[in-house]
Amino acid sequence: MSYTELSVSIGKLHLKNPVLLASGTVGYGNEISQFTDLSKLGGIVTKSLSLKPRKGNPPQRIVETPSGMLNAIGLANVGVEVFIKEKIPFLKELNTTIICNIAASSIEEYVECTKILTPVDTINAFEINVSCPNVKEGGLIFGNDLNSVGRITEMVRAVTNKPLIIKLSPNVSRICEFARIVKEEGGDAVSAINTLVGTSFDIWTRKPKIKNVTGGLSGPAIKPVALAKVLEIKRNVDIPIIGIGGIMNWMDTVEFMIAGATAVQLGTVNFINPNAGVEIVEGLHSYCEKQSIQKLSDLIGSFQL
Amino acid sequence: MYIEKSRVEWIKNLLPDTYLLCVHSPLIASRIKPGQFCNIKVSESDFPLLRRPFSICEVDGEFLHFMFDVHGEGTKILSNKLKDDVIDILGPLGNGFDYTGDYSTAIIAAGGIGIAPFPHLIHKLPSDKKVISFFGGRSKNNVIEYGMKKLLISTDDGSSGFKGNVVQMIESQFDQFRNETVRIFACGPNPMLKALQEFSIKNNIECQISTESAMACGFGICQGCPIDNADGDGYYLICKDGPVFDAKMVKL
Repeated sequence: MSYTELSVSIGKLHLKNPVLLASGTVGYGNEISQFTDLSKLGGIVTKSLSLKPRKGNPPQRIVETPSGMLNAIGLANVGVEVFIKEKIPFLKELNTTIICNIAASSIEEYVECTKILTPVDTINAFEINVSCPNVKEGGLIFGNDLNSVGRITEMVRAVTNKPLIIKLSPNVSRICEFARIVKEEGGDAVSAINTLVGTSFDIWTRKPKIKNVTGGLSGPAIKPVALAKVLEIKRNVDIPIIGIGGIMNWMDTVEFMIAGATAVQLGTVNFINPNAGVEIVEGLHSYCEKQSIQKLSDLIGSFQL
Repeated sequence: MYIEKSRVEWIKNLLPDTYLLCVHSPLIASRIKPGQFCNIKVSESDFPLLRRPFSICEVDGEFLHFMFDVHGEGTKILSNKLKDDVIDILGPLGNGFDYTGDYSTAIIAAGGIGIAPFPHLIHKLPSDKKVISFFGGRSKNNVIEYGMKKLLISTDDGSSGFKGNVVQMIESQFDQFRNETVRIFACGPNPMLKALQEFSIKNNIECQISTESAMACGFGICQGCPIDNADGDGYYLICKDGPVFDAKMVKL
């Protein structure tokens, strides 16, 4: 077997391969590790953390839709303190890159969380969730507003020297403007995209199928949208992009890299095939061999228009 | 926990819309306990996208049995499987029934397709336990007796057995158990479980209920299947903390 270099770099963050597991689809790593070898992946992004624990939204939280699903979990999480005490010891032993996702309802809370978590050695980078569509405060209120995204990036940047990734909302008209302000304010990369706002009704009861009325759409249904957003950023802003949206297999991964993604995150597929990440890494190896690609990173933004 | 590609051995109808599916799944069969469940991918395509949760009905050597009603696209596809088709099964998942410990009589309470987990439980109950089973259905056309022991039937319309619901039937029969240590094992629609929860708390009887919910992953990462804890200040996940709960633990 010829040697293929699968590693990629996002600023100073070095990943052994571009396959990451997305926040909110791997918990804190422990459950999914029963099905898959996380050390073979580029890394995992832990479930959104807020300063204090959040119990999340009442049921029903999820519903399946054509080739996708809607969720409104409501950022249920253990909070920063329990995360450090109870989840970090497990994450520490994983031998993979740990990206810690933070969600908050105020700029001060983003800053406070980042401050507390920055000294934790196990955390290799931060992903700031400014785009959760399912909570009343924060979330999309920030994600839809250029000034807020700029301000959050600037303030969080000031309290951490670790790689800083901002997770962008697709529910905006020009996503590249958000990527531009992240770059200007010192962010190292953007993740694109978070879920798309959607809803679904029961025609017999005329009630929404999820209690929160709207939820975030994910899965293969959103892949073309996500690809277009990645491409838009790639063509307008010079910043590393982590592509997310409906990736089910290695072919989807290659497609995202061609459109401009330096790395990718797998989300919904983890619920269906928790070993998908490892299978994708294997698929990337054989694709590179067949295509005589020595460095996978050569694929990034290699689209031919 | 395993992801096991499992070959269909046979599939048969119990009722026009109720099926029993037998698959060869040696890994899962060696580990699964009564009341646990599996999350099944019914097709290889993205439609339907998510797995479907099914409780284990019976284990026969290396074979698993699942009992299900057809009520949506996923179960319709599953009902059309043929011998030697291969399906992708993830399991065993969740916490099953606790049938060990100090009690003399197991009362099985099943509402409709909620009967599904009980053949395996009955099979595994220690031999010193007495068993009596109660099944409630809409009418005589919805009665399932598969795998049950000492079965009493109720129907909403009285077309078979006791006229009324399964909880009313249990209440009407309960005097015979007054001097025994009873443990109820229940599975069925939420209103039934709720009535049984109230009944068991009022009479200070141990009661384990098997709950259900839409879910994506089945093992705790999607957080899609919360159920209120009894105090109402937090949630359990049905997939990971359940699906079987002590009736006192949850708010239905």
